[in-house]
Amino acid sequence: MSSGTTETDNYVRFDAVQKSYDGESLVIKDLNLDVQRGEFLTLLGPSGSGKTTCLMMLAGFEPATHGEIYLDGRPINAVPPHRRGIGMVFQNYALFPHMTVNENLAFPLQVRRINKNEIESRVKRALEMVRLSEFGARRPGQLSGGQQQRVAVARALVFDPKLVLMDEPLGALDKQLREQMQYEIKHIHDNLEVTVVYVTHDQSEALTMSNRICVFNEGIIEQLASPTDLYERPNNAFVAQFIGENNTLPGQVTSVNGNHCQVQTDGGATVEALKVNVNASGDRTTLSLRPERVEVNPEPGKFPNVFDARVEELIYLGDHIRTRASVCGQTDFIVKIPNASEHAVLQAGDSVKFGWSAEDCRALDVYQGA
Amino acid sequence: MATLENTASGPLLTADGTPLKVSLARSLRRSKLRGALLVLPALLFLIIIFVVPIAQLLSRSVDDTLVNRALPRTFVAFESWDRQSLPAEAMFEAIFLDITTGEKYTIGKATTRMNYEKPGWRSLIKKSGRKFKKKIKGPPYRDAMIKIDKRWGDVTFWQTLGAMKDPQTLGYFLNAVDRQYDANKHVIMKEKERRVYVMLWWRTFLLSLIVTVGCLAMAYPVAHLLATLPLRYSNLLMICVLMPFWTSLLVRIVAWMVMLQNNGVINSTLVWSGILDDENRLPMMYNFTGTVIVMIQILLPFMILPIYSVMKTIPPSYMRAAQNLGAPPSLAFLKVYFPQTLPGVGAGVILVFIVAIGYYITPELVGGKDGQLIGNMIAYHMQKSLNWGLAAAMGTLLLAAILLLYWVYDRIVGIDNMRMN
Ligand SMILES: Nc1ncnc2c1ncn2[C@@H]1O[C@H](COP(=O)(O)OP(=O)(O)OP(=O)(O)O)[C@@H](O)[C@H]1O
Ligand SMILES: [Mg+2]
Repeated sequence: MSSGTTETDNYVRFDAVQKSYDGESLVIKDLNLDVQRGEFLTLLGPSGSGKTTCLMMLAGFEPATHGEIYLDGRPINAVPPHRRGIGMVFQNYALFPHMTVNENLAFPLQVRRINKNEIESRVKRALEMVRLSEFGARRPGQLSGGQQQRVAVARALVFDPKLVLMDEPLGALDKQLREQMQYEIKHIHDNLEVTVVYVTHDQSEALTMSNRICVFNEGIIEQLASPTDLYERPNNAFVAQFIGENNTLPGQVTSVNGNHCQVQTDGGATVEALKVNVNASGDRTTLSLRPERVEVNPEPGKFPNVFDARVEELIYLGDHIRTRASVCGQTDFIVKIPNASEHAVLQAGDSVKFGWSAEDCRALDVYQGA
Repeated sequence: MATLENTASGPLLTADGTPLKVSLARSLRRSKLRGALLVLPALLFLIIIFVVPIAQLLSRSVDDTLVNRALPRTFVAFESWDRQSLPAEAMFEAIFLDITTGEKYTIGKATTRMNYEKPGWRSLIKKSGRKFKKKIKGPPYRDAMIKIDKRWGDVTFWQTLGAMKDPQTLGYFLNAVDRQYDANKHVIMKEKERRVYVMLWWRTFLLSLIVTVGCLAMAYPVAHLLATLPLRYSNLLMICVLMPFWTSLLVRIVAWMVMLQNNGVINSTLVWSGILDDENRLPMMYNFTGTVIVMIQILLPFMILPIYSVMKTIPPSYMRAAQNLGAPPSLAFLKVYFPQTLPGVGAGVILVFIVAIGYYITPELVGGKDGQLIGNMIAYHMQKSLNWGLAAAMGTLLLAAILLLYWVYDRIVGIDNMRMN
């Protein structure tokens, strides 16, 4: 624990939390995480990385094996789930099938012994919020996936919780509906000033909705940052690889020069890069470069890094053209060329020059994944 | 339920103008037809082994043509009799001809039936059959017959013919509930000493109820464990639950005898440990208690399995969601978990109750005198007394009780179920 626990802005706080299901392996390894009041924080990570486990510990369904979780400054490890007052949207919605939509929404209010009229008006308001006013008398089984999802959101919010957890609530929806729902959830968040902890493994969803994103991998936080930082300035090779598209060039640091370093790639080229996650010359490194930051046939002298390339394949994607090329001995180097009039039309087999700045090319740790 | 139609008035129409309901039915017809073909063999099988025997059972329980076939002339003459005084010569002649010219086998069966109505009929006709031909050469018959056996002069015998006149009778059903017809076809209670069945019906229902409740109380927690335990343990538990199925019923009952009888394991242990005196051993076998204990054990799997199969389909997230929404575990169980298990509970209750109500092997073996049930009576009348009409009537009453229960079940659980999907 570093600073005082009374810091008012930290609504949720994981303090050195560890979790093991079987006593043999740690699913969560030393989690320290602060969620600010009113924040929309997304846990993002590959399947099995422990996102649901985090939510379950926060909601009280799984005990933390070690460490303490604080809610609004109070430790809640000993508080049973029904006294935590946290709203939750489950991965499969968990709408009660034997109750109508109205009854589902009234349930949290009834157990709080709120009077009948008040319940009625709050249920009505919640249904209006998710635009399902005519569906109150139906059972969940009679609703489409998107409608069920909205009911689940309404039920998680109807009792005015300060904190709402959502576990891949949009996972089962098709793309268009998902985008619409992303917008609606974001809208609700902005209006109600609740704190949201959101779980997804869809990175574009994370990028569009979140104030901050916490990238998980195998039970540790790889990076916790705003969407922009995460995309523009990944701290390590995992994050660079996981968020957005990314070219990687493995190599070795040959010299370090302030913020920058020179890297000899395994393909034999010497690249000028930003020093992020390497220490000294001789270190192995992975260079990370976004496909849209590469310029085709740049003006001479504009970039320190200019290399010969051979176009291997072009994929037309409407607003841009995805180009696969061989550069520096790498045959799967991807470049996104905007589909704008001033750009020359490339053909497969063309020889061109690719150039990029040292700032856009980040020297990260060695990527261990696939 | 809210109406699903949004239109203000009139039935919905499809694009070509046919009512929506009609086109929906038409579009589903093919698949319905195919489904019907698939179930056809099963349907035939059911009809042959199930529907036909039950129809026979029903018809036998009201069939009363035996006497009509044996004494046709008598019943013609019966129409013009005042039913108060001794019948006139014509009726004596009729019954004389019926007895002397009738087929022996038909008359034999008829006399068995007549004996239910009034004991004595059988011996009277048997005796008369032997002597009539030898001693009576021609009319008048009346006095000659009374001379052979004075019971012919007893009007109460003649009066019982009234109860046998119709080719259908409710007599067996009345008998099954300790009632009978008097001479004027009014329903009256039997004499006190001959009333047995009503008490047996009550005992049967009470025992089935106790067994059902006992099974439910034991099965629900076990089923819950089965559905929620990690696979390794639940498999083991499942084997324990199914074990009784793999053991012969008789072996299990004998095992219970060893446990429960007066000198059995339980009593001996209690006496040995000083909790009971030697004279006050608990009577747990050959009585009502023994029947209840053994039947609960035997029927338990029929309660566990349907409940388990329903619980298995309820994801744990519902309980979690309920608690997350603020319900303490007990309330979450009551409001969210339990209602979802109701179809299984209903199925188990119905199954166990129906099996229990018709059970007869266990009561036969461990019931003693006050553990006998209706099922044992049916078996008795089928095998020993050969009163098949009464056995059929009792069987029909059982069936009716079961159908009634099923209807109630459908009203309470089934329809609610249908609303769910
Ligand atoms: N109840 C449990 N018992 C044992 N192991 C579990 C249990 N729940 C999860 N795990 C394990 O913990 C790890 C993390 O699981 P978790 O459900 O938190 O992943 P997740 O990040 O939510 O994945 P997904 O994106 O697929 O939902 C996994 O390896 C999983 O196998
Ligand atoms: Mg998950």
